[in-house]
Amino acid sequence: MKLITAVIKPFKLDEVKKALETFGVKGLTVSEASGYGRQKGHTEVYRGAEYQVDLVPKLRIEVLVDSADADDIIDVIVKAARTDKIGDGKVWAVPVDTVVRVRTGETGPEAL
Amino acid sequence: MKIDSGNTAWILTSAALVLLMTPGLAFFYGGMSRAKSVLNMMMMSFVSIATVGMVWIAYGWSMAFTSGGGLSSFVGGFSEWGLVGLETVATADDGTGIPQLAFVAFQATFAIITVALISGAVADRAKFGAWVVFTVVWATLVYFPIAHWVWWSDGEEGGKAGWIFELGALDFAGGTVVHINAGVAALALVLVLGKRRGWPKEPMRPHNLPFVLLGAGLLWFGWFGFNAGSAGAANEIAGIAFINTIGATCAAAFAWIVVEKLRDGSSTTLGLASGIVAGLVAITPACAFVTPLGSIAIGLVAGAVCAFAVSLKYKLGYDDALDVVGVHMVGGIVGALLIGVLATTAVNEGGADGLFAGGGVSLLGKQAIAVVATLAYSFVATYIIAKIIDLVMGFRVSEDDEAAGLDSTAHAETAYDFGTIRTGGGSGATLAAAAAPAPAGGDADKPEGAAKKVEA
Repeated sequence: MKLITAVIKPFKLDEVKKALETFGVKGLTVSEASGYGRQKGHTEVYRGAEYQVDLVPKLRIEVLVDSADADDIIDVIVKAARTDKIGDGKVWAVPVDTVVRVRTGETGPEAL
Repeated sequence: MKIDSGNTAWILTSAALVLLMTPGLAFFYGGMSRAKSVLNMMMMSFVSIATVGMVWIAYGWSMAFTSGGGLSSFVGGFSEWGLVGLETVATADDGTGIPQLAFVAFQATFAIITVALISGAVADRAKFGAWVVFTVVWATLVYFPIAHWVWWSDGEEGGKAGWIFELGALDFAGGTVVHINAGVAALALVLVLGKRRGWPKEPMRPHNLPFVLLGAGLLWFGWFGFNAGSAGAANEIAGIAFINTIGATCAAAFAWIVVEKLRDGSSTTLGLASGIVAGLVAITPACAFVTPLGSIAIGLVAGAVCAFAVSLKYKLGYDDALDVVGVHMVGGIVGALLIGVLATTAVNEGGADGLFAGGGVSLLGKQAIAVVATLAYSFVATYIIAKIIDLVMGFRVSEDDEAAGLDSTAHAETAYDFGTIRTGGGSGATLAAAAAPAPAGGDADKPEGAAKKVEA
């Protein structure tokens, strides 16, 4: 099993979600995140005083998937989240040892 | 008591309009402050209503608007303390006047907002109790005397009047008394309290610009009472003051965002809101003495000058958090001096002719004296008052409280529920009483103990 984490532009959430649903992903977790990469921040001006805003708002999507599907799902996310502009985000996957479904107690791939 | 009902209705309405300016100011300032201190910022305005309103009734009116005997040029007396006996008095007994108490109420709202205006400069760091004491002491020793200098006269030919009134300097609705006074007092207070931790290196952005715009709108709305109400009657002077309160404000708002576009690249909502206030400030002393075109000229100058003046604090190193000095002191000075240039008796026989109306520089000179006198007295008196309060009780909160924000440390509240970890619709907070152990049957002491815990 793998945990795929994607940091994307907030307005891309609907497209990514739809693409994952179409692929057959049954569930995901979304949280708000802030950060910067090459995009860096932007400048705001208040009464003539400039402020550098370093952290850019992003969304973090987490999906637990079967190892066999991981590469395909990463592809799906990358395609849906891409705008070809700087600041599109990153997607990565890490191996997961244990997953338990709270309601039934099922473990392993059964719990995905 | 023979009164004019139309005039009375307008003054009563104006008094309510001007009182609304202070809550408006609370939003204007509150939106510009940081989220951790917005309640404290708004509270400083609102508590001024409470304290100054009482003091005004107790002795403020009397100090500002009665004869002070031998000291009449400088301060009033206590003959009308508590407004005792004013119930049946009218401002004029020939049927053109209004009930004296209606005028007292109208003037109360001016004293209140002047004190509240100062608070923006010391956002995020003033001890609340010290501020409460300051509102009373400052109103007593600075506002009431200056209002007396400028506005009081005994109404008789060759009679007594405040010294600036007698001098012939013009201040229709409070450019010197309210705005220059509050602006320079803010500067003195900032010098006593010092900078916010981290200023100017840490970003201290306005946390809610829609609040700032809401506040600017309420201020403008209330300002019609402030300016047109200062005519003291529902007459042609009120009409002039009213249209000029539109002309100058529109011009200043526009001028400010043009300066921003040229200088910074973008016109901002904060700039527009600030321009509105700068225009209102500048037209306040002049609103009944200049033509509508003159009001646009005053607004354009005030908007542009103030847009630059707010940057001075970074060069000079004083932390006037919300630019009370740059907007109210500078805007007030612009308005007071431009009267000397643009005033004309063509719009108001009670006024005077300025430079452009062929009156020479004499009016300008008088205006300058009024400005300098107000600047000097208010700055020195405020500095001394603030220093004494600082020595006696401390005017500044501890470093820890400042870092945590004054809302939670001074008022035991927070403005917004930022809790992201929610429990079934709750906020993550637990009612202290509910968190205490359930009282054992018949044990009457326990619930009381829980209640005490809440207070603590």
